[in-house]
Amino acid sequence: MNLFNTILVLAAAFLAVFLETVFTAPHYLLGAQVDLLPALMIYAALNTNVVSVSILAVAGGLWFDALSANPLGVTILPLLAVGFPICVQREFILRELPFAQIFLGALASALVPAFTILILLSGGDQPLLGWGSLWQWLVMTAGGAAATPVLFALFDWCNHALGYQLQTESSFRPDREIHRDKKAK
Amino acid sequence: MFKRKNYFALGAVVLVTLAIFSLPPRAASRLKLAVGSLFLPLFGLANTAQQLPVTAADAILSRRELLKQLENLRRENQQLKFLQLQTAATVRENDQLRAAIGWQKQMPWKLKLANVVMRDPANWWRTAQIDLGSRNGVTVNLPILSPEGFLVGRVSSVDQFKSQIILIGDPNCRVSARVENATHDIGVLGAGGPLDDSLVGLSYLSSGANLKSGQNVATSGEGGIFPPGIPIGQIVDAQQVEFGLYTEARVKLNANLGALEEVWVLFP
Repeated sequence: MNLFNTILVLAAAFLAVFLETVFTAPHYLLGAQVDLLPALMIYAALNTNVVSVSILAVAGGLWFDALSANPLGVTILPLLAVGFPICVQREFILRELPFAQIFLGALASALVPAFTILILLSGGDQPLLGWGSLWQWLVMTAGGAAATPVLFALFDWCNHALGYQLQTESSFRPDREIHRDKKAK
Repeated sequence: MFKRKNYFALGAVVLVTLAIFSLPPRAASRLKLAVGSLFLPLFGLANTAQQLPVTAADAILSRRELLKQLENLRRENQQLKFLQLQTAATVRENDQLRAAIGWQKQMPWKLKLANVVMRDPANWWRTAQIDLGSRNGVTVNLPILSPEGFLVGRVSSVDQFKSQIILIGDPNCRVSARVENATHDIGVLGAGGPLDDSLVGLSYLSSGANLKSGQNVATSGEGGIFPPGIPIGQIVDAQQVEFGLYTEARVKLNANLGALEEVWVLFP
């Protein structure tokens, strides 16, 4: 179940990065492109193990940086910084609740770009920043918050449709069945 | 709660990241291109999907409509041939005049059309990728023009099958630009705003620059990357900065960077 989940999350991350580069409508309608990797990281942190979270951080970060002008590897640590603590503390999180999913999605979508910018600035890069970046940050946060419960529902549906389901055992045992008929009476 | 497995995973990711950061620039660039090439099949698929409606529309076009289009193209072709003759005469005359006053001969532009296949997913960069690579002769720093001939940016890195271009307005795309006014003021076109990609800043103009709204801005040819005379945009407004040390202006770009689907790569 976990391996299937991990493969599913990685495939979704690959597709999400590709779609972010091809479908630029959010950028021209809202002024910012919504990043789905933080929302995927929340799902992975709450539903898979720490190895899957680490693989997603490395693979997702590398894929994102390969298609952007970011120096390679810059996005790995921000993704891990968000996913790892949530994965470790997930027993205390009411992960089934949509409110918790929205809150965590917003938090992750706000923190990942902020950490990435910090790493870029500390590495001497000059990203395009200004007052408009605050609006972009809000759009990314809101977009990530909205996408997280949708991703949870989508993955649950995929798991239900494609994954193995637990076989529930009935308490009925034929050898313990009491036969009643007219003769016995 | 914090198991040994967690420590191992955390340590492994940090090590991988540090190893990538410590790669020499050339190796990092190669690794980046290799990882990016994983997406090539998806880009091919997306391109095919985009072409499908066009192909389908072509297939159901009536013969009458096709003949009409053919006739229009023939007429347009004749007009263009006539224009080409006129242009060739003008070029000859221009060359003779340049030779007479000892100016360097102007070389005609060699252009190659490319499709824009993707935009940067990060909001803090203004880059895109085109479907021409090193096998098509593309090299780093070649100028990129819009289909209408306005400056768009330059090539920043080249793969075998695709290239990354930096668009004007990105902090890493600096262009020496000349204002078409009486004093021919020269400045440096720099970063734009994160939201509006149609406005960019033109800085380091002399403090006495005679700038007016609507004046055309074109490449100056300084710096050796962009040939002179490529139209960029028009002056919107200007103000003195750094206690009147120099003038800074805002330029409205001619090219619509938000709707780029095809671009010209300008070869030397």
